[in-house]
Parts: sequence; structure tokens; C-alpha cells
Amino acid sequence: MNPTMIPIPSAWILYLSAVLFVIGAIGVLLRRNGISIFLALELMLNSANLAFASFAFRFAGQGGHAASAINGQIFIFFIIAVAAAEAAVGLALFIAMYRRKETIDVDRFNILRW
Amino acid sequence: MLGSLWIIPLLPLTGFVLNLLLGWLKARKSVVNVVGIGSVGLATIATYWAIIDYLGQPAKVVVEHYFTWISAGKITVNAAFQFDPLTVVMVAFVTFVGFLIHVYSIGYMHGESDTSYARFFAYLNLFMFSMLILVFGSSLPLMFVGWEGVGLCSYLLIGFYFDDEYCAASGKKAFIANRVGDVGFLLGIFATFAIFGSADFTTFLPAAAAHPQQYAGWATAIGLLLFVGAVGKSAQIPLYVWLPDAMAGPTPVSALIHAATMVTAGVYMVVRCNVIYRIGPAALLVVAIVGGITALYAATIGMAQNDIKKVLAYSTISQLGYMFLGAGVGAFSAAIFHVVTHAFFKALLFLGAGSVIHACSGNQDMRTMGGLKKIMPTTYWTFMAATLAISGIFPFAGFFSKDEILGKTFAAGASNLNGFGWVYYILWFLGIAAAFITAFYMFRLVYMTFHGEFRGTEEEKHHLHESPWTMTLPLQVLGVLSIVGGLIGIPKLMTGHASWNLIEHFLDPVVIPLGGGHAGEMAAEISHHAVSPGVEWLLLLISLSIAISGILVARSFYYGERAFEKPRQFAERYPLLYKLVLNKYYVDEIYGAVVIQPLYRIFRFCWKAIDAVIIDGILVNGSAFMTELTGDILRFLQTGNVRNYALSVAMGVLLLIVILW
Amino acid sequence: MVTYVFLAAAALAIVFGILAIAHRSPIINVLSLVVVFFAMAAIYAVLGMDFLAAIQLIVYAGAVLVLFLFVIMLLNIRSVDRLGSGRRLQAVLGVVISIAIGVAAVLAIATLTPANGAVAPGSGQGTAFPIGRSLMTTHLLPFELVSLLLVAALVGALVLARKETR
Repeated sequence: MNPTMIPIPSAWILYLSAVLFVIGAIGVLLRRNGISIFLALELMLNSANLAFASFAFRFAGQGGHAASAINGQIFIFFIIAVAAAEAAVGLALFIAMYRRKETIDVDRFNILRW
Repeated sequence: MLGSLWIIPLLPLTGFVLNLLLGWLKARKSVVNVVGIGSVGLATIATYWAIIDYLGQPAKVVVEHYFTWISAGKITVNAAFQFDPLTVVMVAFVTFVGFLIHVYSIGYMHGESDTSYARFFAYLNLFMFSMLILVFGSSLPLMFVGWEGVGLCSYLLIGFYFDDEYCAASGKKAFIANRVGDVGFLLGIFATFAIFGSADFTTFLPAAAAHPQQYAGWATAIGLLLFVGAVGKSAQIPLYVWLPDAMAGPTPVSALIHAATMVTAGVYMVVRCNVIYRIGPAALLVVAIVGGITALYAATIGMAQNDIKKVLAYSTISQLGYMFLGAGVGAFSAAIFHVVTHAFFKALLFLGAGSVIHACSGNQDMRTMGGLKKIMPTTYWTFMAATLAISGIFPFAGFFSKDEILGKTFAAGASNLNGFGWVYYILWFLGIAAAFITAFYMFRLVYMTFHGEFRGTEEEKHHLHESPWTMTLPLQVLGVLSIVGGLIGIPKLMTGHASWNLIEHFLDPVVIPLGGGHAGEMAAEISHHAVSPGVEWLLLLISLSIAISGILVARSFYYGERAFEKPRQFAERYPLLYKLVLNKYYVDEIYGAVVIQPLYRIFRFCWKAIDAVIIDGILVNGSAFMTELTGDILRFLQTGNVRNYALSVAMGVLLLIVILW
Repeated sequence: MVTYVFLAAAALAIVFGILAIAHRSPIINVLSLVVVFFAMAAIYAVLGMDFLAAIQLIVYAGAVLVLFLFVIMLLNIRSVDRLGSGRRLQAVLGVVISIAIGVAAVLAIATLTPANGAVAPGSGQGTAFPIGRSLMTTHLLPFELVSLLLVAALVGALVLARKETR
């Protein structure tokens, strides 16, 4: 720990995380274009990452839990890896969908229903 | 063999399994014979071996413990066999008579297909197994296993020709009537556990005997409950109705199960639990009254039956009544004595009847028989021996046992047993009347079947023949036993030596002396000095002369030139009485109207109203309808639009946050 | 200093975050998102998470979002629908519920005890060395599983995007 630096409250990061999460959620729920939805989804994932980062230090800062700092970052690392995999599959899906209907407007893919 | 008694029931069980297999493989009859009869034959040899071992050692009661069968809380039931004088007497005749009837069945059942032949012997073997469990079992629960086992075999064998509706229905009737009794029996077992904490004969009987006053009330209740079971199994009033219909089974079955062995299980049980009955005098009195009334009642029905097996069935009920009468006056050894002699002569009567039916191509109606004496001499003479035995003619087997029961009943009256002396006098009179009727209907049967001219068709007459040796040999052996079987119980009166009465002496250890100076101690034992030798001789002569007069009446009714004339006049003069007896007092009809029809209506209501409407209609179909309806509405949530789904997920997240906060 | 960097990065992330989901041009969306990721990398950096800051830039900004750009250009999408166009109920409910979740989250954060809330930046735990050692020891199994997942995703993407041949 470097005592010369002025600490910022971990809650601030969490507030930022919450705001980004809401923006991402609105994007997911309101957009119709598949790729736009995906972008908003990435934003939501990153807001979660921020929360993890905040908690990693929150609990490591109490002393005795040095491993918490590492574990929090490991979580973010895995989320990034999974997000990359998800992006690859998702984009491939949109290509396949586009081939079929010449569009990726998800409202037009609704035949799997009652 | 004593020390490994388990081998004895295991042998017929093995025979049962093998015969099932053989029936499945459609094996030839000779193979089935080897298995079916061999297993019972070996069991008989093993039994007598065990008896010899038993007699050669000092212990009176041998209990062989095999494993713990039930262990629940404070209750423990062991799978254990008991070998004591009562068991000895029972197994001695059960295995031997059973073996003879197995041999007889070779000849009687030879017309069956190979499959049903094997099935028949499989059931018979299973019956022997169950009966041996019943007799060997050292506790009420184990006895109950055998009790139910013989009931099952009885059902299976009555309904042996299950494609005949009457046979199948008769089997069911027997099973259901027995179930009614078994409820009482089970309650009796439960009560025994509750009061004594154990149902082992070597535990609760001595415990009860040690404190007769303390247990008197409960003993009465237990005794009555157990007796309900005995009433069902041994066909006493009011549950006797199944036994006449049980005659639908093959005749060897009637001989083995419904005459010699199974139906005497109730008597065996009462004698086994004699302590309970002695310390609860009311139960003892009920046993005597039911037995005495049944003895006379069944005998009267027997007078008017035309089916040869039905006559014998009612005769069996009547004789079982005698046994309960004997047990009910505290003459337990006399009751068992009658069980044994009855096993000999009644098995013989049924087997003889089977021989007759076999000769008459399956016809059982005595009105179309007659004159068989010349054609079937072996059957006739052995049958005659059994008839004289059941009628109580000196010195045939039945004379000794029946007379001992009647004598003890009179003595019970004379010594004012438990203060009910007058009841016992009445019962003695009922017994004497039944003896007269017994002699009458038995000789009626003999005259109608064997004497006079043959009244069947020409075709049937042509077919008449004496039975093969496999059938006549058991007849002859049982014939000898019917003649000399009574000698194991010669009364002291005739010889002056009490020890000459082998069976009474032998069975003494079964009757455990009561402790604690109970008032019933003296009362429950018939005073041996209540009747002087002079009176005893008189009683003996009375029963003998009653029997002879019964025979003479039968002779005047059914023998000679003017046979059947008097019965016809009698029927014309008292048409109401005649119809009443002919139709068995309409008991079946009364039961049908009072018990079966109301039950049937209730069940029909349950079926039509409760099951069909409420359960099927409302609960089952209703819930299915509601599910379908809900699904019909909710399926519109499945819009196919992924954004809607995402919205639902978001709602779920919000809900979770609210709930988990 | 740290506070100012954080506040600036936060403001940048929120503004470009809104732009990333609201603008009708997909190219602008993606580029805005790149800015958001840069801002987040800055936050990671001032928190002392050097390694995360690096992979945030390399993997997200450098690889994933470039992949997005490729796909947009491949499909030749010039403009997308306006935000909230189409189903009105879905749009209204979506905004309401999203904001409700946010309000709930903010309320939850506000109830946290602030005494322990001090973040100690630059604690020396954020370099590649401790994370790499942890991945190779404590978290070896999930690490290997993620590699398996990536291979599966790769193969799956190839199969899905392949031209169907009959």
C-alpha cells in the first residue's frame, strides 16, 4: 500500500458501475439491432468488472485478506475471456442470421413462439 | 432330526418350487409324482425321526431358535420352531395323512393336463409347507404366517378349476370369510403384544398362568378375539358358510384341507392357548356354546343334502363343533384326540367319496347313485369303517373321542364348571342330539350311494369301476386307522388304568397349571370325581344306543324295498321344515341380504359417486383441465421475441433484489 | 490527483456510454465504446491494477471491438434503428425497470459501511506477477476450462458463420 496517495472511496466506483449498468441495460432492452444489443451487453459486463475491482480492494484493504485482491482480478480476467468467447459466437450468429433474412433486427426473428 | 426341524417344512417348499418349474416346463406326470410325493414322503420320514428323537430325550418343550424375524421397539419376534407334545400329535397326523392324500391324488388327478397336474401338486406342497409352519411356529405371529399360508392354498385349490365361475367364486367366498375371522385373530395378536409384551408361546402363556387373576379380563378379550379367527378358519357359526362351497375344489383337496388338517387349525390354536381360555372363563364358555350349537346345526343341514360332498362338508362342520365343545369344557386333550381320529375317518370319507365320484364320471348327486357296493368293494368296506367311526360305534376311532368329549361335557355340567353347570348340560344334550343325526345322515349317505340299484344312466353304469391301487391303498391304510385309531385314547373307565389313555397322558404338559390360588383354578378344571363310574357307563351306553338308533332310522328310511318312501312322506307332511333344512336355513340368502347387498350398495356408491365423479372427475380430470387452461393462457407469454425475454429477465433481477434485500 | 483522474474517467465513461447505446450509427457506437473502455482502463490503472488495465486495452479495445467493427462493415450496416423505436410498451417498461434496478443498486451501495470503503490504490497487488502465479496455482482448473471454452467458441463461431452447402 502506498500511503502517499489520496484514497478514493470504493463506493464511488460502485456508483459508476451502477450507472454504466443501467445505461447498458437500457441499451439491451431498447435496441433492436443485434449488434447494438451486443455492444450494450459488453457495457453491462464491464460495469460488473468495475464492481469486482472495487470489491477486490475493499476487502483486501481491511488487512489479512491479500488474496481477495488477487481473486477479484482473477474474476475480471475470466469475465473478459468469457466475453471474448461470447462475442465470437454471437457475431457468428448474427452473420448466420443476416444470411437468412438480410437483416439482424431481432424483432423479425420471432417465429419460435406459441 | 430334532435340532434341525427347519428341514421338515423346507422339503415341501422345495417340492412347491420344483413343481412350479416342472409345470412351466410341461414335465411329464411321473416326474411331478417323484417331486410332489417324494418331498412330502421325506418330510413324513423326517417328522417321525424327529418324534423318535423327541421321545428319547427328557425335555418336554424344545424350542429351536433360527433368527430374529421382527425387531421393532420393545417387540421382538423370532423365527423359531416349537416341538412339544401338542406339536408331536399334530405333525404326526398332518404329515402322514397328507402323504396318503398325495398318493391318492396320483390316481384321482390323472386325467388332468400335465401343466395343471404339476400346478395341483405345487399347491398341495405349498399347503403342506404352510401347515407345518402353522403347527411348528413358536409364536402367534409365526403361527399366523402358516395360518394365512394355508388360507391362500385353500383359496388356490378351491378355485383350482378357475375357468368355472362357481369354483372361482367359491374360492373367493372362502378367502373372504376367512379374512373376516383373521381380523379378529390379528387383533388378538396385537392385544397379546400389548398386554404381555411378547407373543411367544413359551413366554406369554406361562406369564398368564402365573398371575391368573391379574390377567383374567384381558385374557377373556384376547381369547375371544383369537376365537374369531378360529371361527373363520374352522368354519363355525356364523362364518361356516364358506366350507360347503369349498367342495368345489378337487376331492383330495377337500379331504386334506377342508377335513383333516387346515380346518382343525382353530382347534389347535385354542388348545395351544388353553391358558388364556382357562383364566378367562367367559371366552371358554363362548367356545363351548359356539361348538355345541354348530355341532347340532350343521348336522341337521347334513340330513337333507343330496350332494355327497356337501353332506360330508356339513358333517365336517358338525365334527369341528364337537372339537370346540371339547375344548370349551376344558377337555383339551379330548379335543385334540377328536382332531386326530376325525382326520383319519373324515379324510377316508372324502377319499372314498372321491373314489365314488371318480367312478361316476364326476357326478356328485347321490340320487343318481346306488348299488356301488358290488362294483367297488374296497371303497365300500373302507367307507363303512369310516362311517361307523364317525357314527360313534364301539370300537371304532370316533367312538372313543366323541364319547370322551360328551362325557367331559356332562362332567362339566355335573361339577358346575365356572358356575355355568346348566349351560353344559344343555350342550351335552345338543351333542347327543347331533350324534343321533350324525349316525342318521351318514348311513343315509351309505345307503343311497352303495345299496339298492344304480339310478344313473346306462352310459354311466357302463363306466363304473373300482379305483386304481394308488387310490385304494390310502383308503385301506386310513380304514385300518379308523378302526384302531381310537385305541390311543381308551378311557380309564374301561381298563382301570389312567396311563393306558396314551394321548391324555401325553398331552398333560401342554396344559400349564395355573398359579396364584385363582378361584378359577379349581373351577376351570373339571372335577374328576363329579361323575361316578356308574354314570359314566350309563353315558357311554346312551351315546352308543343313540348312534345305533340313528342308524336304524336311516335304514328304515333309505334301505330295502320301501326306500325313499318315508322321507317323501315326511317331506310332504312338514313341507316348511323340509324346505328350510334343504335350503340350509337360507343362511346364504340372509347373509346376502343383510351383509353383502348393503356392502355392495355402499361400494357401488363409492365407485359411481366418489370415485367416478369426485376423484376421477373433479380431482384428476379437473386438475388436468386447470393445467391445460392455465397453459392456454400463459403460452402467449412465449412471444418468440428475444427482447421480451430480456425484459422478463430484468424483471426477475429486480424481483430478486427486492426479495433478497 | 487520483480523485481527479477518477472523476474525469467516470465522466468520460458515462457520456460515451450513453453515446455508445444511443447513437444511430453503429460505427460511432463502437468507437464510443472504445472510449469507455479506455476510461475504464484508466480507472484500473489508478487503482493499481496494471495487468487489468493492459488487457482491457489489448483484448477489449484492441480485439473484441475491432471484431465488432469487422462484422458491421461486413454486413454493411450504415445506420441502426432509433433508440426505443418499435414496441412502445417494451421501451417504457425497459427504461423503468432498468432505472429501478439502478436505484436499487445505488440504495444498496449507500447502505454499505463507508469506514471500510477506502480504496488503497497502487497496493502492488495488481501486477502480472501475482495474477499469473495465482492462475497457475490456485485457479489452474478454471483457467484450463476457460481455454477449453475459447476453443469451443472458436469452433462454434466457425461452424455458425460457415456458408451452408447442400
